[in-house]
Amino acid sequence: MEYIPNTKEEQQQMLKVIGAETIEDLLGDIPSEIRLTRGLQLPPPLSEPELKTEMLRLSERNADLLHHASFLGAGAYDHHIPSVVGHLASRSEFYTSYTPYQAEMSQGLLQTIYEFQTMIAELTGMEVANASLYDGGSALAEAAMMAVKVTKRNTILISSTIHPSYRAVLKTYLSGANARIIELPSENGATDLVAVGKRLSEDVACVLIQTPNFLGCLEPVEGLAQEVHRYAALLGVAADPISLGLLRSPGEAGADIVVGEGQGLGCGLNFGGPYLGFFATRKEYVRQMPGRVVGATVDTKGRRGYCLTLQTREQHIKRERATSNICTNEALAALSATIYLSIMGRQGLREIGRLCLQKAHYLKHRLCEIKGFEMAYQRPFFKEFVVKSPVSPSRINKKLFKQKIIGGLDLGTMDRRLKNHWLVCVTEKRTKEEMDQLVTAVKEITT
Amino acid sequence: MSESLIFDKSVPGRKGYSLPDLDVPEVPVAELMPADYLRKDPPLLPELSEVDVVRHFTNLSRDNYGIDQGFYPLGSCTMKYNPKVNEDVARYAGFAALHPLQPAEQTQGALQLLYQLEAALREITGMDRVTLQPAAGAQGELVGMLMIRAYHRSNGNPCRKVIVPDSAHGTNPATATLAGYQVQVVHSNADGLVDLEDLKHLVDPDTAALMLTNPNTLGLFERDILKIAELLHSAGALLYLDGANLNALLGLCRPGDMGFDVVHSNLHKTFTTPHGGGGPGAGALGVKSFLAPFLPVPVVEKTEKGYVLDIRRPQSIGKVQAYYGNFGNLVRAYTYIRRMGAIGFRKVSTNAILNANYIRKRLELVYPVPYNRFCMHEFVASAKKFRDKDVHAWDIAKRLIDYGIYPPTVNFPMIVEEALMIEPTETEPKENLDRFCEAMLSIAKEIEEDPARVRNAPHTKSVARLDEVRAVKQMDLRWRPA
Ligand SMILES: Cc1ncc(COP(=O)(O)O)c(C=O)c1O
Repeated sequence: MEYIPNTKEEQQQMLKVIGAETIEDLLGDIPSEIRLTRGLQLPPPLSEPELKTEMLRLSERNADLLHHASFLGAGAYDHHIPSVVGHLASRSEFYTSYTPYQAEMSQGLLQTIYEFQTMIAELTGMEVANASLYDGGSALAEAAMMAVKVTKRNTILISSTIHPSYRAVLKTYLSGANARIIELPSENGATDLVAVGKRLSEDVACVLIQTPNFLGCLEPVEGLAQEVHRYAALLGVAADPISLGLLRSPGEAGADIVVGEGQGLGCGLNFGGPYLGFFATRKEYVRQMPGRVVGATVDTKGRRGYCLTLQTREQHIKRERATSNICTNEALAALSATIYLSIMGRQGLREIGRLCLQKAHYLKHRLCEIKGFEMAYQRPFFKEFVVKSPVSPSRINKKLFKQKIIGGLDLGTMDRRLKNHWLVCVTEKRTKEEMDQLVTAVKEITT
Repeated sequence: MSESLIFDKSVPGRKGYSLPDLDVPEVPVAELMPADYLRKDPPLLPELSEVDVVRHFTNLSRDNYGIDQGFYPLGSCTMKYNPKVNEDVARYAGFAALHPLQPAEQTQGALQLLYQLEAALREITGMDRVTLQPAAGAQGELVGMLMIRAYHRSNGNPCRKVIVPDSAHGTNPATATLAGYQVQVVHSNADGLVDLEDLKHLVDPDTAALMLTNPNTLGLFERDILKIAELLHSAGALLYLDGANLNALLGLCRPGDMGFDVVHSNLHKTFTTPHGGGGPGAGALGVKSFLAPFLPVPVVEKTEKGYVLDIRRPQSIGKVQAYYGNFGNLVRAYTYIRRMGAIGFRKVSTNAILNANYIRKRLELVYPVPYNRFCMHEFVASAKKFRDKDVHAWDIAKRLIDYGIYPPTVNFPMIVEEALMIEPTETEPKENLDRFCEAMLSIAKEIEEDPARVRNAPHTKSVARLDEVRAVKQMDLRWRPA
């Protein structure tokens, strides 16, 4: 077996040192009643060439986005990934290492995390960021839990314009906590400010919003922040990091915690994961922050170096009183994001923002020229928007698929009130030609 | 030489990206977006050419140590070799470039993979259903504990406490708290196993579950597992397995046959998905059929029309993932399972156990093993005897770095003073086990002759011992422009 080097002779030599006759002698602690007396019923092993053929066949039963133009977003985005990202993140010194418990042997990775924390803090407009969380949904849940700890209050107001799956994940995460979760209604595609004003009280730990929100609309972050702070509650904002080269940062607008899904920053779509949760906040809350953090320090000779720090918040020390139970996080995805942001840089991220914004508005304009199509909400948007369609978006999508186009999300399949609402996403990868083709196909089906 | 920060390498005007020109008529931004939504100052990202970026991260990778460079006996983490074929397969376009919300007709291959991976893990663990959604072991624990909670509630039984051994990993008590439970600690006995008498005193109708690791964190098989299961079940409580140590059991015995009701397995340990420098992982969670109604949604099912995602499960604890978990890692784990087959897995566990016992035996006279008997896939030695030289487990770990070996886990489990937790895995060749043993023995000699050399290690890396206290006191968590 190519992954197990021991030969029979070596096994014998080792057994001799151990003072056992056979490997079986080492297993005496396993009660005989539970020993497996048969082989596991698994498919027979495949050699590497057979394995690759079999797995390729399985992969080809999927309609991949290399061969289809996708207008599907809803939290997972088909952004361009520079070749550099995959190559550098595939350096096995990085990907076959683990959490850098022994800092002196892991300086390379620790420095990339320090750079990641800096970039996330910069993008979000916050003071500090952690080394990553699992994904956008759990990051939002962690934000709520931190707000409960910081404020010692237990009501969470969550906007109904947040990604429905994030809201669901948050509810699951907090189902064991003594917290009250109240959903805020929306108005014209964004959080209803009047409702927020009515619901805010001295019991509220935080208000949570997403911008751009699930419906693609930008939220009035600044106005919300002022309202929320009047009650000394925290404002938690889930943001799309790709938008933050162009759009104002939530931190600047007054957010206290900024989290989100970082998949767009150089992580493939991967049928939903691994993705990248990020978490940034104000320095004053850093000791209540979940997850790993890297800090700069010096060695015994005064040279700069990096190590995991503030570990007394974490499960391996604080155990049942830890700020979170997270251990393994998404370090490699954070590395990809760091490489991605280094390649894109100051100008590139802004340029992607510009391309998304312009192209999405072009498609919106073209779609709304078609009879029966109109925008569902009148709000500024970035790369995603909801159009009302005279026919079922699922029907349109079926037709588009025949032309190797993957259409937007049919919101009616998730929420009956949103029947015939189509959530369309345009990244910098979509061309005018593809958009025109989509428009032509839509026209054919609706007229 | 250490690498300067990427921000310090930035040169205004340099560019590393390549993007297409705008191919639609440009509309002034002011017409699309009110000014107060726009960013005034660009974020302080670096400006670099492609080659600058490539050299920066390549050089940083060279100041980092992974399994591909050498031995990584980090106990409890199962740092085994990560097969390269897994990486190739995970990058097939049909897996890597697939959107999670594409209709099921377009993703049948991915759903089939999930279905078959679940079937394989069911067989390996002896459980009835498995969810592949948890992103890591700790998230698996949370899902498992919330399911246990939902189960007790559905029986009108609001149990309030969870029992955790004193040798348990920190995520166990942290998770129990997160799931809304009070944590009670059961002590280990003189053999390093759960103290049955203590457990008897603790288990009562208010007990929701015992979270147990087996083999436990000392690397010892809980011989009384059937009695433990009986004790809990007769009180109406459930038995949770932290399956971080599943690598010791493959094809030898199955948690489901030992009485465990819930089991998580860290696919990044036993099933070779790379540890990634600290994730992403994957934490499959298996349950017995009576708990299946509480599984998180969606559940992959096979129907006449093909594979589907079932979300209509009224008793489900809800969602834990926006989509279906760390699919890329699930592809790697499945690829590995198909490569190994039943015979391969038996070799995995038996060789992991053989290697651990070999090192234990070679070191035991110099590094006492407090609970010394045949171990499973790992064992815990103690460096307590070196305290009189003012040398600690932590120092020995640092000195190992100079020998070019990644140190074992130190100071865990907490029931062993100055713990050195050593897990060789089955993928390490004998000569490396020998080299490790010789390094450890040589360090023991150094402690006698020149303890300061050990205390001040490492001496050969880009940095010497780092001041971790200073990192806390003078917090510096990000770069800022000068
Ligand atoms: C015994 C044990 N339990 C639980 C965990 C947590 O798993 P993860 O890091 O995948 O969340 C670990 C991992 O480090 C472990 O060693």
